[in-house]
Amino acid sequence: MKVKADTRLLFQIFWTFFRISPVTFGGGFAMVPLIIKEIVEKKKWLTTEEITDVIALSQTVPGAVAVNSATFIGHRIGGVRGALAAMFGVSLPTFLIILAFGISYSHVHDNPKLEAAFISIRVTIVAIIVYAAIKIAKTAITDKTSFFIMAAGIPLLFFIHPILVIFLGAITGIIATYIKKKLGYDTEMKKSKEDDPTNNPDYYMGAGI
Amino acid sequence: MQGGLSQMVLWELFHTFFLMGFVSFGGGYAMLPIMETGVTQYGWISAEKLTNIIAIAGMSPGPVAANSAILIGYSAAGINGSIVSAFAILLPSLILVIAVAAFFTKLHHNPIVERMFYGLKPIVTSLIIFAAIKFAMASNMITLEVSFRSISIVLIFGLSLFALLKLRWNPVYVIMLSGLVGVALYS
Repeated sequence: MKVKADTRLLFQIFWTFFRISPVTFGGGFAMVPLIIKEIVEKKKWLTTEEITDVIALSQTVPGAVAVNSATFIGHRIGGVRGALAAMFGVSLPTFLIILAFGISYSHVHDNPKLEAAFISIRVTIVAIIVYAAIKIAKTAITDKTSFFIMAAGIPLLFFIHPILVIFLGAITGIIATYIKKKLGYDTEMKKSKEDDPTNNPDYYMGAGI
Repeated sequence: MQGGLSQMVLWELFHTFFLMGFVSFGGGYAMLPIMETGVTQYGWISAEKLTNIIAIAGMSPGPVAANSAILIGYSAAGINGSIVSAFAILLPSLILVIAVAAFFTKLHHNPIVERMFYGLKPIVTSLIIFAAIKFAMASNMITLEVSFRSISIVLIFGLSLFALLKLRWNPVYVIMLSGLVGVALYS
């Protein structure tokens, strides 16, 4: 009866993330305490250390932190099928919610009251984007070189496709740190542990991660 | 003919968001320039509608990038468009997570990866600043004209930023309150 137990585990993985998913308002990090409660304390699938490691690892992979960490955890528990179960579990509720919003919006978007609301909301969105930029900048800009990379990136984006600029950034990071090492400078890649705001998951609240 | 056209839109949505999925570092707002490029290139929706979509995406649970992609897909090609966009943006995550989980579980301690992120993080910042400039232009925020509309818009921007940075309000509440202010001022 191995197969049956397997299917049950997969469904449990799916269902656990399905229930956690809708709390990811304003960023995937909001999910962390619930993941620990469900996966570590209730189901005892993994330890808190493993979860912390997985969340750090999932930030090195492109994609949303919520989706990536869920997929990683699913993989640890149940292999590739576990990864799929976790990914569907974490994505389905937010997919249905956003689709419902999209459908309602397309029915009422000519409403003059709603249009008036959106005049103001569009401005607030720009403020939220600026806020996200400030938060990311605090961890990204550690020295003069990283500031220069950021400053050079903005005008480039007016002329080159953003995907290409992202690749250029990654290559520049590798080359710049290599040159600095040759010249005998130590590159400070991260802020020291004490003043690194990323140690606090709440820090990324609203950064859209 | 109709079928061929909508299939073309689905393919445009798929490859735009699939490629975006592979470079989506640093959160949803860094992906706005890629979405904006796709929207302008293929003309799925207007720039104004894109800003409204980003607003709705930011108010909903779930990742901003995936939410926006799903809404763009829905506006461009209905339910099918939303499903294709969701799969397109999830597939790279799935492929990369399984590959990393199988072969590179120590990836976050790898020195090359650390050095790559040394350049990537500032570029993510440039992407977000660029998005702010583009969206400020699309919402007519950058203007020399002095009117009730332009002054109130500067005030809404300043107060929103104040609520986020100093009062540390949840962005969802700031958006909702801003909507009420919009109804009071402009309808």
